Amino acid sequence: MTRNSKFLSISSLFGFIFLYAPILSLIIYSFNKSKLVTVWGGWSVKWYAELFNNQQIIDAAIVSLKVAFITATLSVVLGVLAGYVLSRMGKFPGKLIVSGWISAPLIMPEVITGLSLLLLFVSLENLIGWPAGRGITTIIIAHTTFCMAYVAVIVQSRLSQMDDSLEEAAMDLGAKPHSLFFLITLPIISPAIISGWLLAFTMSLDDLVIASFVSGPGNSTLPMVIFSKIRLGVSPEVNALATIMILIVAIGVVSAMWQMRKKEKTL
Amino acid sequence: MSIATGTFWLGRYDTVKTRFSSLKKIRWGRYSVISIPSLWLALFFFIPFLVVFKISLAESAIAVPPYTDMFAWNVEDAIIDVKIKLGNYLYLFEDSFYLDAYLSSVKIAAVSTFFTLLIGFPMAYFIASKTGTMRTLLLTLVILPFWTSFLLRVYAWMGFLKKNGIVNEFLQTIGLIDQPIQMLQTDFAVYIGIVYTYLPFMILPLYTTLEKLDGSLIEASKDLGAGPIRTFFLITLPMSMPGILAGCLLVFIPAVGEFVIPALLGASDTLMIGRVLWDEFFQNRDWPMASAVATMMLLILVVPIMFLRNGKKEGAE
Repeated sequence: MTRNSKFLSISSLFGFIFLYAPILSLIIYSFNKSKLVTVWGGWSVKWYAELFNNQQIIDAAIVSLKVAFITATLSVVLGVLAGYVLSRMGKFPGKLIVSGWISAPLIMPEVITGLSLLLLFVSLENLIGWPAGRGITTIIIAHTTFCMAYVAVIVQSRLSQMDDSLEEAAMDLGAKPHSLFFLITLPIISPAIISGWLLAFTMSLDDLVIASFVSGPGNSTLPMVIFSKIRLGVSPEVNALATIMILIVAIGVVSAMWQMRKKEKTL
Repeated sequence: MSIATGTFWLGRYDTVKTRFSSLKKIRWGRYSVISIPSLWLALFFFIPFLVVFKISLAESAIAVPPYTDMFAWNVEDAIIDVKIKLGNYLYLFEDSFYLDAYLSSVKIAAVSTFFTLLIGFPMAYFIASKTGTMRTLLLTLVILPFWTSFLLRVYAWMGFLKKNGIVNEFLQTIGLIDQPIQMLQTDFAVYIGIVYTYLPFMILPLYTTLEKLDGSLIEASKDLGAGPIRTFFLITLPMSMPGILAGCLLVFIPAVGEFVIPALLGASDTLMIGRVLWDEFFQNRDWPMASAVATMMLLILVVPIMFLRNGKKEGAE
């Protein structure tokens, strides 16, 4: 048994090193003075200063944040509805189709989703004149389509974990369906809603492929700008940007976990 | 029919009617709730596939949008001309480039999936064997990269695998190699990139099944004299099959269509179908051909996607 667990811990250790070493090197090299990314030239924060002077990156970041915020909010509304429908509304015609399709955007290769949405937008524009051109709106619609799937899956699993006795009690006491939903179900699934919103936000912020297909001229998102920069090679500015984004996410996730643990303990 | 039964039925009819109208009210609310996400999915996920299929049958043209119409209306003679071009699909089979791209995508995805399983399984097992805070911490460590930008994590490997990058420097320092080896822009880098980015997708479903694994069976097997290796292959592995299957499909399906990883880490001749589609669309501006490539990719992926869904249903029951 000890030999077994030794093998397990050593291979897991290597696994975690594999997961984190590239990220760590990225962070360290973002503080590198030298322009040659691999030659260490001493500590410096000049790439951060350069990053904040780069108007192209800042514009793209604003577009991305705007898109991500609206996407996350829309995805939560649609995803909560979908998750609720699938786990609380019993059988209805077409349930199999909805439950099958809802998780499909999660695994569908992005090039297919991107291309198919673009062709839909172009055909719709020819047919009914909407959406006129491509831009932030089309990116938001495209992102919401795959982000709502994440929210729906999270909400669905949260709802299936908890028993419906509270909801039944409320119903027995005469609660109407909508007040039941807003007073009982929604508060119970609020942790799932928060993590769903955050996940949708990060997924939208991160997407390169789908946004490249459905965005129009002058509406480049942050990943699109990053991609065009790093295609030609490693860029120290991108290292600085990556460090900022990774740190924000790390702080966010760790504090969220911490909060949840605290909540669990008090319960 | 006697009067008594007649009133009985009338009475029944009344209760049925009132019940039906209240049901109808609930039904109406119910269906509006059901229909909102369903309509969204239908309009923005399902119908687009039909559009892709339709345009894959069009001809590429120098126009806006760059393809010909399938239907041409001839109002005077009341004729609808339907134009369907099968040439794009024929071309997919004629030009070995596309076939090679499909085969090599499936190969790269399958090999990477295997290595992801090989690395992910011990990690998932290790996490499942822990309890309390340690388990939460390890799970967080697995999930954390998933929250950070995928593009930037692939980018991190560029700095890692470069000719004068960290891995080469390290191998030279410890004297394993004299000359830096070409690692970036090779198939090897693509394998690493896929294994790296999809590892959490493998670990999480594995962990979920391994956590539920009945330890008494393993003990029983050991008590009956089976060694650890025998126990692993006869008990642990078969019992974690649902997790293995789910994890492998979750890695394999998106990996087949991967674009970013081969574009950034692969060689210029690393053939992957996602990249072919991208170039067909953005460089050649041949939308119908890109659509045909997408349709074929979808056909290849339908079988594994069905497997994943069926597996999920069994798991749920």
